Amino acid sequence: MANYVLSVGMEVHAELLTESKMFCRCQVAFGGEPNSRVCPVCLGLPGALPVPNKHAIELVMKTALALNCTIARDSVFHRKNYFYPDLPKGYQISQYGETNPIGYHGWIDIPTEGGKTKRIKIARVHLEEDTGKLMHLPGGGSGVDLNRAGVPLMEIVTAFPPDIESPEEAKEYGERLRQLLVYLGVCDGKMEEGSMRAEPNPSVRPEGSETYGVKTELKNLGSFRSVFGGVEFERNRQIAVLEEGGEVYQETRGWNEDTQASYVMRVKESENDYRYFPCPDLMPMHFDDAMIERVRATIGELPIAKWQRYQSEFGLSEYDAGVLTAERPWAEFFEACVREGADPKAACNWMNSDFARLLNETGQSVVAHEGRTLSRVTPKHIAELTTLIANGTINGKIGKQVFGDMFESGHMPKAIVEAAGLTQVSDTGQVDTWAAEVCAENPDVIEKYRNGQTNVIGFLVGQLMKKSQGRANPQLAQEAIRKALGE
Amino acid sequence: MSISLDEVRHVAKLARLEMGEADLVALQSELNALLGHFQDINAIDVTGCQPKPHAVPRQNVWADDEPVFGLPREAALQNAAAAKAGLFLVPTIIED
Repeated sequence: MANYVLSVGMEVHAELLTESKMFCRCQVAFGGEPNSRVCPVCLGLPGALPVPNKHAIELVMKTALALNCTIARDSVFHRKNYFYPDLPKGYQISQYGETNPIGYHGWIDIPTEGGKTKRIKIARVHLEEDTGKLMHLPGGGSGVDLNRAGVPLMEIVTAFPPDIESPEEAKEYGERLRQLLVYLGVCDGKMEEGSMRAEPNPSVRPEGSETYGVKTELKNLGSFRSVFGGVEFERNRQIAVLEEGGEVYQETRGWNEDTQASYVMRVKESENDYRYFPCPDLMPMHFDDAMIERVRATIGELPIAKWQRYQSEFGLSEYDAGVLTAERPWAEFFEACVREGADPKAACNWMNSDFARLLNETGQSVVAHEGRTLSRVTPKHIAELTTLIANGTINGKIGKQVFGDMFESGHMPKAIVEAAGLTQVSDTGQVDTWAAEVCAENPDVIEKYRNGQTNVIGFLVGQLMKKSQGRANPQLAQEAIRKALGE
Repeated sequence: MSISLDEVRHVAKLARLEMGEADLVALQSELNALLGHFQDINAIDVTGCQPKPHAVPRQNVWADDEPVFGLPREAALQNAAAAKAGLFLVPTIIED
């Protein structure tokens, strides 16, 4: 069998986080009563005139800039003509052409094995409108809900020839893009609600071949895990077809999550004859330096830059920096802890262990959203706790207890420590007394020690800590036991 | 430049127009007359003129992102050929 090379182009659609639709001012929201957010424009009624949403244009420009694109100085909207019941006007307003879309010729770096990155080139970032939703009705017929019709939709398309060459890279590209869009606040990234959709176009060709193979277009992928599965399945299917002397057809294939297999979708006749032309209802757009720079200023630090800075500036590991920067609110919380005076490494350890676990267990979050309640723990709490441990007021074990308490009550760590008398005991006289008591209470263990079982020291130290209710300075406890044993 | 009968048939199909053969032939000559007019325009020397996407010299006509209530659902559905449960009813669409 010949060796085959996989190439994957990717089209990603993302619904923009605007309050109103793209060409009318109907509200944008998920769910709700069907056809409750519609007007003559998004219903496609004769004579209704569209007016573009300025904020949507800015969000696409922001994304394009973050993806290192060139921004078009002059850009227009086109009509893409086709008939389908979810498209009331008989055309979708979109953007056509290589250098007409708001952004073009950009790139994004994705992490690959061994801490390296790979550059994925972007052909264009353009702005269009979403279609309505079709649903099958029991007893025949289909129903159309136009609440989604006209919602601002951004399309991000990779460049040809494709840079993505494995199912892993396809998934990584999708996930990095999603992270970026959520970071930028341009899309909520919810694939399960359809606000972000990925369509990979995989093709294979024999190694060494100059020409690219025929690609198929995958639809209905509900997650990036499905992107991985779909691309892997298509690669294997296409290779099998070619090995049997068959031909790969350019077709749209759906992805069946249950069977983990792709299938041919019914393709509308003459689908590619869209007869694009500039929409005469819409005035051309011109983007000047002032606008571009104003939008650029809203971008802020991107996840990959944060990830690198946390390693170089705070000495965090690649892994820890990755966990902290995965979501913007989490990274911002961490930075606030550092601003409040927390040691970065200590703050990172508390956040990525006890804090993350407690938040998950209780359904809380560091920002109130999506039905999650706001945690009582603030960056001030974390900073004060790390300081109490760093200056020896309490030890790490008591710190865990204090963390649990402050998570529950919201009280400041210092107040908790004072009220419960949890201050670390570093008075050697007191610790020595406890050590002597422990030795007296455990003659059998002392006997074992005398017979050469030196590992029982750990047990004795544990007994001392218990006796002190966890308050003894662990370092001193260790020393006191050794001293009592005559070491 | 002229348009063939097959091209007329194709354009009619894309526009969802059912046309008899005689109508298609009549339309072919009308479309060819229109295309002829474009050829006249093509003959004009436009050296130095920038292409304009719109006849009206205006740009950046945008609206602020502020939601406004559109139409009550009853009004939205009033012209529908058929409606059910707040939805526009259409013939069954099979997606796959």
